[in-house]
This record gives sequence, structure tokens and C-alpha cells, in this order.
Amino acid sequence: MWGAYGELIRLRFLIMLTYRVNYYSGIVIYAINIGANYFLWKAIYGSNTQLADMTIAQMTTYLAIAWMARSFYFNNLDREMSTEIRDGSLAIQMVRPYNYLMVKMMQGFGEGLSRFVLFSVPGMIVASLLFPVQLTKDPLHWVFFLGMVFLSFLLNSMINLIAGLMTFYLEQIEGLLRLKRVIVDLFSGLLVPLSFFPGAAKSVLEWLPFQAITYLPASYLAGKTINVSAGHVFLVQLLWVTGLMVPLVWIWHSARQRLFVQGG
Amino acid sequence: MRFDLFFEYFRIYIQTRMMYRIDFWVEIVTDMMFQMVNLAVIVVAYKLTPTILGWSQAELFFVYGFFMVPYSFFTTFFNLWNFADRYIVKGEFDRVLTRPMNSIVQLSFENLDPSSLAGAVTGVVIMYFSAQTIGIQWQLLDLVAFFVSVVGGILIYAGIYLFMISLSFFTDAQTGIMPLIWNIQNYGKFPMDIYNKMIRVLLTWVVPFAFVGVYPAAFFLRRDGLSLWLTPVIGLIILSIALVIWRFGERSYRGAGS
Repeated sequence: MWGAYGELIRLRFLIMLTYRVNYYSGIVIYAINIGANYFLWKAIYGSNTQLADMTIAQMTTYLAIAWMARSFYFNNLDREMSTEIRDGSLAIQMVRPYNYLMVKMMQGFGEGLSRFVLFSVPGMIVASLLFPVQLTKDPLHWVFFLGMVFLSFLLNSMINLIAGLMTFYLEQIEGLLRLKRVIVDLFSGLLVPLSFFPGAAKSVLEWLPFQAITYLPASYLAGKTINVSAGHVFLVQLLWVTGLMVPLVWIWHSARQRLFVQGG
Repeated sequence: MRFDLFFEYFRIYIQTRMMYRIDFWVEIVTDMMFQMVNLAVIVVAYKLTPTILGWSQAELFFVYGFFMVPYSFFTTFFNLWNFADRYIVKGEFDRVLTRPMNSIVQLSFENLDPSSLAGAVTGVVIMYFSAQTIGIQWQLLDLVAFFVSVVGGILIYAGIYLFMISLSFFTDAQTGIMPLIWNIQNYGKFPMDIYNKMIRVLLTWVVPFAFVGVYPAAFFLRRDGLSLWLTPVIGLIILSIALVIWRFGERSYRGAGS
């Protein structure tokens, strides 16, 4: 059984490698986005050396790490699912002797692996050359960080799967997906670190799963001084992975009762 | 311009969208929320500092609001983000060539996206409220300037993106350059002072996105009286270049071979 899932990871990995041209422009796009954030934050800092709990150097490093982590955990599982539900190919998938959600997860992971090799690693090098990024040299930090972004991938993919399942109820979810993407980008701390949000917003965001996707891992590696220890990050992430499992499985079971194949 | 055809395509658009009503409204609402999220970054920033390089929060909001207006008019008529894939790789351009209308107009009508106009409404609302905060005294000239800069902005977008999709005639595949340019475009929403010299030159003279956002907006903020009037000039220059490339490209189109 696990062999089949492993094969799915490998297949998706190879498919992504075939279209690697997209990734070269992708790296440039990430550099452009990091740049946009970097210049804006540099202007916001102005003559201040420190805002909230970060120096400008930490902020630059944080932004680069956050965007590069995103290039790994980001995927379009939601859109793929929505297409498969609408064009009816889901029906075939459900007949097959595997768990559809697991299949999607594995495909996402295969994609993540290829993104990591082609995208995150070279992207991080490009970003370090372009912007004053200060990365830690402690290998242990990097090992922990890899574990964290793996959990970020799980969390983000689970949110994507839940969003994709909404197709059962709404049929067309293009708008919803765009909203989800924006919310994840803002609430996860990709654009603004959580510690920069005003008090009330910050305490709300701390009770949502999104911070565990970007803010906690990136803060950890950027070496922020606040109470971000590796154990704390892992704990919050694992809690949310478990926590999201419940609605995911529940929606999957109730949604499949509603399957009707449009034109299949 | 064939107006009867425009309305026919518009009717088709409405019918298509009304198949999935909820999604239509969700899209409009999410577009607005997307803008709110971007503005949220600015709000958070101003909680930490009273001014960013001499610009107040209301001024940055105003620039942001202005930026949305020409762009949303442009995307209503230019919804060709997957042009290379759909028309070149899959060869649908064959069909476009057999139609009596000019190929660009045909493409534009086929892909109308009037829901984008919601962005213009949001943009004007943001401009209105931030102008009140700043206390801008509106004059008749501002109205003329607004019209000129929006039209000019549309021309600039049309020029840049027409140029980009023309390239796919020569490469016969998606180049990945469109999303790249789209991301650079967002640099035009902020004052040029925040960027370094190289990026400033790039945004002014190479891909002049400064002219669809901060330069014309600075006119209404009484910061820059001149740049706004250059917008339509630059727009016309780029669009002319793009049209020439398009003609060449169209001639070298060979079909998908199926």
C-alpha cells in the first residue's frame, strides 16, 4: 500500500521536473516579491533600527525565509481537486483502492520536493545575494527548520484540501480559493510578522492555524529574540495538524454523499 | 468597433457567469478583500511609524486606490493571461483569424471580464475617503487629469501586455514572463523613493508601471504636476511598439498542426 503512495510522490516529482522552465521564472517572481516587501519594510523602518521585536536585519532575513518556505509548502491541490470534482474524474479515483485525500497529499508532497530542489534552495541563494540576509550557520537550526517546514506543508495542504472539498457544495470555487490564498498569506505572517500586528488582531491570529505555517518557523530561523523555541513551534504545529484532521475527515465523509458528476 | 458584437459577447458572459451565481458574488467580494489585505499591511506599518519617507497613510491609500482604477478597466478588456497556452499551443488562434473582426478586438471580446470593474469602484471609494482625510481641494483640472491618466494608464498596460503576449507567437510556448511582469507591476503602487536607483529607472523607463500608479496619483496629492501628463504619451509609444510586434507575430503564427 505504502509503495503505491511512494510511487505517486515519485511520479509527481518527475512531472514537475519536466516543466522546470516554469521554475526559473518562478524564482525571479519570488525575488521580485521579496524585493517588494524588503523595500517597503526598509522605508517603514526609515531611521529606526528596531520596530516591534525585530531589527531591520532580522526583518530582511525573516522575509526571505518566509517566502522561500512558502515556495516549498505552496501547492494547488485545492484547484486540482476542484477540477477533478467538476469534470467527474473523481468518480474513477474513488473506485480505486486507495484513499483519495492521501493521494492528493502525496502528489502535493512530490510537488513540494521538486519545488524544494529547484526552487527553495536556489531561491534562497539568489535572495541572499540580492538582499542583506543573515542566515544562521548552526546546522541543528537548519535540521529543525526542515522539520518545521514539512509540518507547514502538511498544514497548508490540509487547508487546501478542505478548501477543495468546498467544490461539493459550491460547484465553482475560484473566488473562494483566491480569498483563501490571501488570508493564508496575511494571517500566516508572510507579509507582516505576527508580532507587528496591533494587540487585538495579534491575539486572534495566535488562536488560528495560519501562524504555524509561516510565522513560527520563519521566526525560529531568523533568530528572533522572543520565546520561539523549537519545541514550542513543533508543539503548536502538531496540535494544529491533529486539530485540522477532524474537520477534514468529517467534511470528506459528508461531502462525498453529495457527489454528482457534471457532464462526466 | 462592432458594438452589436460587443453586446452579444457581453450577454454570453452574463449567461456563463449566472450559471454559478454564488461564485460570481464570492469573486467580487474576495477581490475587495484581497485589496483590504494589501491595505492591512499599510495600516499595520503606520501603527509603528507616523510617516514613511514623508508620505502619510492617507496618501499611500490614495495612491493605492488610484492604482486600482486603470488596472481594473484594463483587465475588463484584457483577460488573456493564458493566451500562449490556449491560443498558440492549443491552436485556437486559427479560429480567431477566420473571424471578420480585428484579431485583438476579437480576443478582447471573447474574454470579457466585466466583474473586474468592481476594482475600479473600490479604487474610487478608497481615493474618495483618503482625499477627504488629506483635505484635497478638487478642481476642474483634476477631473480632466483623472480622465487623461486613467486612459493613459490603460494604454500603458495594453502596450506592455500586448507586447508580452506577442512574444508567444515566436516562442510557441508559455514563457513565464507574464506573471513576472504582473508581479513587477505591483511596485507601481508605492512611492518611488522607497526603491533604489536601478528599480526606479526600470519602473519609469523600461516597464513604466510608475506611470499607472504613483506618478499620476502624485498630481492629485500636489506633489508632482508634470508626470501625469506624460502618462498618455508613454502609453501611446508603448502601444505602437506592441502593435508592430503583434503584426509580426501574427504573421509568423503557424498553427498547432493538428
